[in-house]
Amino acid sequence: MNTPIRTKAPHGATAPAQLNETPSKQAVEIEHLRKTYGTLVAVDDVSFSVAEGEIFGILGPNGAGKTTTVECAIGLRAPDSGTIRLMGLDPQADRDKVHEIVGVQLQESSFPAKLRVGEILDMYQSFYREPADVTELIDVLGLESKRKDYYRSLSGGQRQRLSVVLALIGQPKIAVLDEMTTGLDPQARRDTWDLIERVRDRGVTIVLVTHFMEEAERLCDRVALIDSGHVVALGTPAGLAARASGGKQVRFLPSDPFDDGLLTALPEVTAIHHDGHHVVVTGTGELANAVIIALDTVGVTALDVQLDSSTLEDAFVRLTGKHLHEEGEQP
Amino acid sequence: MSLSVLAQPRVPRAAFGKIVRNEARLTWRQPSGLIVGVGISLALLIIFGEIPVFQKSSASLGGLSAFDVYIPILIAFVIGVMALTYLPGPLVSYREQGILRRLSTTPVPPSWVLAAQMVVQASLMAISVALLIVVSVVFFGASAPKNPAGMVLAIALTIAAMFAIGLSVAAAARTAGAARGLMAAAFYPLMFFSGLYYPTQLMPTALKDIAHFTPLGAAVEAIQDTMLQGFVPVAPLLVLAAYAAVFGYLAMRFFRWE
Repeated sequence: MNTPIRTKAPHGATAPAQLNETPSKQAVEIEHLRKTYGTLVAVDDVSFSVAEGEIFGILGPNGAGKTTTVECAIGLRAPDSGTIRLMGLDPQADRDKVHEIVGVQLQESSFPAKLRVGEILDMYQSFYREPADVTELIDVLGLESKRKDYYRSLSGGQRQRLSVVLALIGQPKIAVLDEMTTGLDPQARRDTWDLIERVRDRGVTIVLVTHFMEEAERLCDRVALIDSGHVVALGTPAGLAARASGGKQVRFLPSDPFDDGLLTALPEVTAIHHDGHHVVVTGTGELANAVIIALDTVGVTALDVQLDSSTLEDAFVRLTGKHLHEEGEQP
Repeated sequence: MSLSVLAQPRVPRAAFGKIVRNEARLTWRQPSGLIVGVGISLALLIIFGEIPVFQKSSASLGGLSAFDVYIPILIAFVIGVMALTYLPGPLVSYREQGILRRLSTTPVPPSWVLAAQMVVQASLMAISVALLIVVSVVFFGASAPKNPAGMVLAIALTIAAMFAIGLSVAAAARTAGAARGLMAAAFYPLMFFSGLYYPTQLMPTALKDIAHFTPLGAAVEAIQDTMLQGFVPVAPLLVLAAYAAVFGYLAMRFFRWE
């Protein structure tokens, strides 16, 4: 294990967003991670990296290997092969340092039933040399009134929020959140998203495993789709969605006739065809903008514009042939 | 689970104190072991103290009274109950519920919880033992321990041996239910050989010989000799030390944090 040789991403994995990125420091680097349990291959070959300050999503159907990937990344499990670096540190060899800079929210973790919320917070806060301001955290997540309550009296959603607070309590440089909003009601989910964005704005790198497409689209700068232990796609949520559907479509009614060559010359456009008086343009990127601006240069206005862009969910189904399940299941 | 982990420089020292405090709170909030260990032993002490025949010295007991003989047995009982219920129970359920797993993602090693448990339990044992001795001396006219230092040594080794056995139970049991079963299976024979049900002095030779080599049998022997006779017996102390070493090794070797 620990082969430090950098090779190309494994088959099926592409990283378009990274190619365009200005090289910034990588907070998380995973290369050719492999982990088996007996004969079961949980993670076959997973590689990706997460830039500092990025919100990175790991998506995949149940049993895809998401949680195992995360558990290896935070040092809970030793990989069979491959390299993992968190801020340049090996989670196995530099365990102590890694645990100081990484905050974790695990799917199946619990706290003693008869401890009060305040006592748990106080204890976890003491584990770190520069802990976060607990009052602020629990206030944002609506736990302020629960400080005196026993852990066992908390609802599922409150436990989940406490677990997010505890992941952030050490002011981590990297926060790894496994299904952080599962079991939360829509309002609590949005509050949690706001908090995560605020935390990121302070420069914290966030890695989240999620089932929720809306969450990934709203929060993630980039996502990795994992299926059967492989990264099947890697990119921005919008980019993946566009790629999987063969691109975006803009359908419009031109105010005046124009030469098709005007639009096919645009880098964003891949195809154009006519549907009666309407024109349908297929392409990528900021397609609608590009088309409208180009038409404007020849004095043509696009009327009745309809955009058809696919979602990450479409991309997911297309790439894996599976649906993401909403909640209540274990991967 | 050596305590040298406490010397790790990267975690604030205050953390260990906080863990100890929370473990103490949990013990206090789930007092079944306290009630059984301290409550029953104290109740038995008082009952025995009130029975006149227990106060008569008997030749078959080497000139001691039944009451005298029972004080060390009750001390062993308190230590046995607490080590076998309080120590493995919470640890196994912490493991089952992912509490240790969650801890192992923080700078604090999960072994600190184990160490904290031992600090809390050993303190409670010390208080209970002191209470038993004080009550027996003050209210029932028992003589003060003849060799206090030797007695403290005997009690400390008893605690170490029983902790090691309790931790081995925690290492062997996958679930809290299995831990309870194992503890019960270990507890009754151990208590039998301590003489709780029938003083070892009156047992047939074969059983007496076995008792010498059981942890609580050796514990009672060592505590009786130091407390009532005033000399420090080497053999039972060695037996206790051997249990502490062997089971301590097994616990360390096989304890799983997940």
